[in-house]
Amino acid sequence: MQMTRVVTTENLSFRFNGVEILSDITFTLEKGEFLGIVGPNGSGKTTLIRLLLGLLKPTQGAVMLFGHNSDAFSQWRKIGYLPQKIAAFNPHFPATVEEIVALGLLAGKSFPRRVARTDRGSIDEVMTFLDITSIRNKLIGELSGGQQQRVLIAKALVAGPELLILDEPTTALDPEGRERFFTTLKGLNRDRKGTIIMITHDIGTIGQHASRLLYLDRRLIFFGGFDDFCLSTDMTDYFGEHSQHLICHRHDK
Amino acid sequence: MDFLDLFSHGFIQRALLAGSFIAALCSALGTFLVLRRLSLIGDGLAHVTFGGVAVGLLFQAYPFYVAVPIVAASALGILKLIDKARLYGDAAIGIVSSLGIAGGILIASVAGGFNIDLFSYLFGNILAISYAEVWTSVLLCLCLIIVITLSYQELLAITFDEESARTSGIRTDRINRILVLLTALTVVLAMRVVGIMLVSALLIIPAVTALQFARGFRATIMISCFTGILSVLAGITISFVLDLPAGATIVLVNFALFLLSFTCARLRARNASRRPSDTA
Repeated sequence: MQMTRVVTTENLSFRFNGVEILSDITFTLEKGEFLGIVGPNGSGKTTLIRLLLGLLKPTQGAVMLFGHNSDAFSQWRKIGYLPQKIAAFNPHFPATVEEIVALGLLAGKSFPRRVARTDRGSIDEVMTFLDITSIRNKLIGELSGGQQQRVLIAKALVAGPELLILDEPTTALDPEGRERFFTTLKGLNRDRKGTIIMITHDIGTIGQHASRLLYLDRRLIFFGGFDDFCLSTDMTDYFGEHSQHLICHRHDK
Repeated sequence: MDFLDLFSHGFIQRALLAGSFIAALCSALGTFLVLRRLSLIGDGLAHVTFGGVAVGLLFQAYPFYVAVPIVAASALGILKLIDKARLYGDAAIGIVSSLGIAGGILIASVAGGFNIDLFSYLFGNILAISYAEVWTSVLLCLCLIIVITLSYQELLAITFDEESARTSGIRTDRINRILVLLTALTVVLAMRVVGIMLVSALLIIPAVTALQFARGFRATIMISCFTGILSVLAGITISFVLDLPAGATIVLVNFALFLLSFTCARLRARNASRRPSDTA
C-alpha cells in the first residue's frame, strides 16, 4: 500500500546569530504516525516545529508538508497547532472560550473569513469532547491553567486536522487530564488516521503512546520506535545504561 | 446663555461630530493595540506628528497633509524595525518616536518664528476643527468599520496569538500594515482633538476601561468606542461651560470613566469571591 508522506525534512539546518541551533535533520513521517519529539532543554525541539510550520526559514535544507514545500504550502486547514507558551497570551484577554475555539476554523476559510452558523456543530462537538461546554461563555482569563489548555487543544482540534502539532501540551494538566488527553490523541490517531507530532520531556510516557520517537540535541540523535530506543546502544552510550533502563523499564508496555 | 444654545454653534457641532468619530476610531484601534501590548505606538506616532507638523509649518503647507505621509511611513518603519531588526515593539516605537520629536525640535529651532503655531498642535484645539477634518474623520471611521467587519476574525486571531494566526494561513503582515496605517491616520486626526501630547490617552484609556468589565471581544470594542465617544462629548461640553482646555478635559473625563469602571470591576470581583466558585 502506498503511504502518504505528511512531513519530510531534508538536511534541515537553522542558525541564529551565528549559532547553530539545528543541524542536518532528515526524517519522514507517514500518515497516521504519532511522533514524540524529545530532548533536553535548548536542544532545538520548538525550533524544529517552528521550521516545520514555516514560522522560521531554514538556513539550509527543506521541509515538505503533504508533498508541498513549506514555502508554498497553503492547506493550513490540514494542520492543527498548539504552541508551547500558554502563558504568552494576555491573561486578561477579553475573548470567551467559544470565540477562542472558533478561531481554529479560520484556516479552512477564504476572505472574508467568518465563523458561520453551520460551524456551530463542529464547535459543540469538540467542546463536548474536551468537556468544556459548561465554560463556553467564560473569558479565557477566568479559567485555570488546565482549563485554558483544554480550550487551546479544542482550538487545535476543531477543524479536524490531518496533522496535529503539539508543543508540550500536557504541562498544565493534572494526571487525570493528562490521561484523558492521551486517550483523546490516541482516538484521533487510531480512528481518524490523524498524524501527530508532540514535543514532551517525558520520554517514558510518550514512549507508551507514540509510534516513533525523535531524540534531538541540536542534531538528530535517534529516530525510531520506542522498543528500538530501548535496545539502541547509541542511546545507551548517550544516556548511560542505568537511565535508559529506568526510562524503558518503568514505563514498560 | 441657555445651556442648549451651546449646541447651536457651528464650531461646537463640528467639534462634537468630528470628536465623536475620532474617539470611535481611537477607541476601536486602541483595543487591538492595548491587547497586543503596542499601546505606546500612539504616543510614538504622535511625537512623529510633531516632526511632521514642524515640516509643514516650515514649508508653509497645511501641517495635517504633510504629517499624514510622514507618520504613515514612520508607522511602517516601526513594523520593519520589529520584524527585520528583531527589536521589541517598545524599543522600535522609542526609536521612531525620539527621531520624530528630535526632527521637530531641530526644524523649529532652525526655522524659528512658528513656536506659537506648533504649541497649538501640541495641546490641540478641537473647537477650531474644519469641515475638511470632519469629513476626513467620517471617511476614516467608515474605512475602519469596513476593515473590522471584513477582517474581524483575523484581527481577533492575530490579537490573541499572532504565531498561531500565521499557521492558519492568515497574512499577518498585511493585517498589521493596515492596522498601523489606520492608527497613523487616526493619530494625526486626533492631534486636533486633544493635541500631540495627549493622543495616546484617547487610544489607551477607553480600551482599558472596556477591559474592566467587557465579556467577549466584540463587546470590548463596542464598550471602548462608547466610553471614548462619551468622554469626548462630555469633555467638550464641560470644557466649554467651565472655560477649560478641551483636550485636557476630554482626557480627565476618560480617566474618570476608567476609575469608575475599575472600582465597579473590583467590587464585582470581591462580591464574586464571597460566593462559592463555580469554576473547576
